[in-house]
Amino acid sequence: MSALLEVENLRVRFRTAGPVRARLAGIADPFLDAVLDVSFRVRAGTTFGLVGESGSGKSTLGRAILGLVPVHSGTIRFDGATPVGTSDAAFAGFRRHIALMFQDPVASLSPRLTVKSLITEPFVIHGLGERDRDAEARRLLDMVNLPASFAGRYPHELSGGQARRIGVARALALTPKLIIADEPTAGLDVSVQGEILNLMARLQRELGLTYLVITHNLAVVRHISDEMAIMYMGRFVEHGPTAAIFARPAHPYTHGLFAAQPRPDPDRRREQVELQGEVPSLAHRPSGCEFHTRCPWAQARCRDETPRPRDVAPGHALRCHFPLPAPSPYPSATVREREGPAASAAGG
Amino acid sequence: MDASADPVLSIRDLSIDFVTPRGPVRALRRVDLDVPRGGIVGVVGESGSGKTTLILAAMRLLPGNAEVRGGAVLFDGDDVLRMDAKRLRGLRGRRMAMVFQDPMTSLNPVLSVGTQMVDIQYRDRDRGRPAKRRRAADMLRRVGIPDPEQRLDNYPHEFSGGMRQRIAIAMALLDNPDLLIADEPTTALDVTMEAQIIHLLRELRRDFRGSILFVSHNLGLVAELCDFVVVLYAGEVVERGTVRDIFHRPRHPYTEALLVCDPARLDTVRRELPTIPGDVPDLVHPAPGCIFADRCAKAFDRCRVEAPTLTAIGDGHAASCHLVGP
Repeated sequence: MSALLEVENLRVRFRTAGPVRARLAGIADPFLDAVLDVSFRVRAGTTFGLVGESGSGKSTLGRAILGLVPVHSGTIRFDGATPVGTSDAAFAGFRRHIALMFQDPVASLSPRLTVKSLITEPFVIHGLGERDRDAEARRLLDMVNLPASFAGRYPHELSGGQARRIGVARALALTPKLIIADEPTAGLDVSVQGEILNLMARLQRELGLTYLVITHNLAVVRHISDEMAIMYMGRFVEHGPTAAIFARPAHPYTHGLFAAQPRPDPDRRREQVELQGEVPSLAHRPSGCEFHTRCPWAQARCRDETPRPRDVAPGHALRCHFPLPAPSPYPSATVREREGPAASAAGG
Repeated sequence: MDASADPVLSIRDLSIDFVTPRGPVRALRRVDLDVPRGGIVGVVGESGSGKTTLILAAMRLLPGNAEVRGGAVLFDGDDVLRMDAKRLRGLRGRRMAMVFQDPMTSLNPVLSVGTQMVDIQYRDRDRGRPAKRRRAADMLRRVGIPDPEQRLDNYPHEFSGGMRQRIAIAMALLDNPDLLIADEPTTALDVTMEAQIIHLLRELRRDFRGSILFVSHNLGLVAELCDFVVVLYAGEVVERGTVRDIFHRPRHPYTEALLVCDPARLDTVRRELPTIPGDVPDLVHPAPGCIFADRCAKAFDRCRVEAPTLTAIGDGHAASCHLVGP
């Protein structure tokens, strides 16, 4: 299958001090790199999961693809050869094919507009105002399994799950090819989380949508994505088929992230915390491999030499001098279903 | 719950309404909960289940439109809901302390961390400022903040989210309370920081021998940390038991459904995830019968007319369901 989205050597930098202040304060490099050397492709009709902690650059990457933050260098190709992010006029045509589902469903809906206005607003923005907005609203509400009567409601009359559905409906309005979903289930209860993810999966099957899902929820990524990437300080540290990464995470950071997942089994509590400390400041990037300051397996070489991306298996790439041969610490792989009294007594 | 006869906190038959223009919302109905000495009790429930109302009642921090319709909150045998202001002041912060959900808003942004940590030791008249500062630094060191003497002069915005939550925990533990109430203390944090905070709470329980009431919607964290679990649904306790009872032998259909829905518990990868159909009931006009009947896959005629009561299944394990017991 062909790639719908291709990103090559993408770099996004933010200025940390104005030119005058940088000069006066003697800051040689008043920039920080939020996204650094990122390359990946998303095949049409698949789901790509982007995982990382706060500040890893995953949301910035999503915004760069949408043209909401300027790209410093590198290329983004969408649906063939046309570069995204060049001129505004050329770009406007592409925006119709890429939709964003925002992180906070309630805050992203204007409180003074009805659901009908909210989900048909994209038509107005893209100059398609002549369409029958009532019919479109009914069509979109039907796609996300909400009754047509919801068209007259205001955001405060919606539950969290319903607000998410409205967010999905609005993203679908212009029948996009790619949907970038930023934390699609953050703040939802587990019972509702499943509903939204199932809805997204059904729409993908029916409409052939491609998803780029940005999340910190590993359990969600495991179930919904075909390929995934783990970001740390703006770089892809590991990247490949989701099943392969969950079966055998080779980067120590991925390993640590998996090990940090709470285990829903009281008989298998963790005694140790594998990853200590927190992500260093982007303004003071560590030398060599950026992860060496927290890596339990770091060696001298990691401090001096930045690892190049390399393949450990076809399509499974990582940036690490010493990939781990360890089995996956992802807790789910060890969870037993309901068990008999004998097993739990042994655990106690 | 546990056979230990002398719980530090004992909530008995507590019912709380919120007065609204639509009529009273029955937020909690006849809730019983015990926190044994030295134990960690987890309260699990989805949004709207009454978790927050329950702990606000325990601290007597309920908003003005809350009305206690019945029941008691007994801390060491004294009813928190009926004690005078002076005794309440002696209790809060000193014998029971709270860590809130959002470490960004629970600290005062215009005072340095050191000032705040010294100020809350106001009751201690025998000790001078330098001694209080030393105590604050010791506590920061204990919760894993490097260079605590220097960092006392920093303001909250100079710390990361995880560090701020550690500071909030350090402040709560300054007076070595008998009970620490933690309301979703890791929701705002990343998973690697969350793992460190949970580990810290476990260590602190061991070192300080206090009790913890841990409120969360995250089943994994409850399994990691708690000894006992209370499952709340729409303002009622539907099941309670030891952490192994709840995770390995759940008896209430809601508990079972909640566990099934957690994607972290699914062994095999699947696109179609399990859900609980339907919505939480309207608590202004709760339907007669079992509160979960509308969404329950196992509901039968009796469930819609007669409300079940909490029925003992084993030692400390009880569920409120017609399918349990006689």
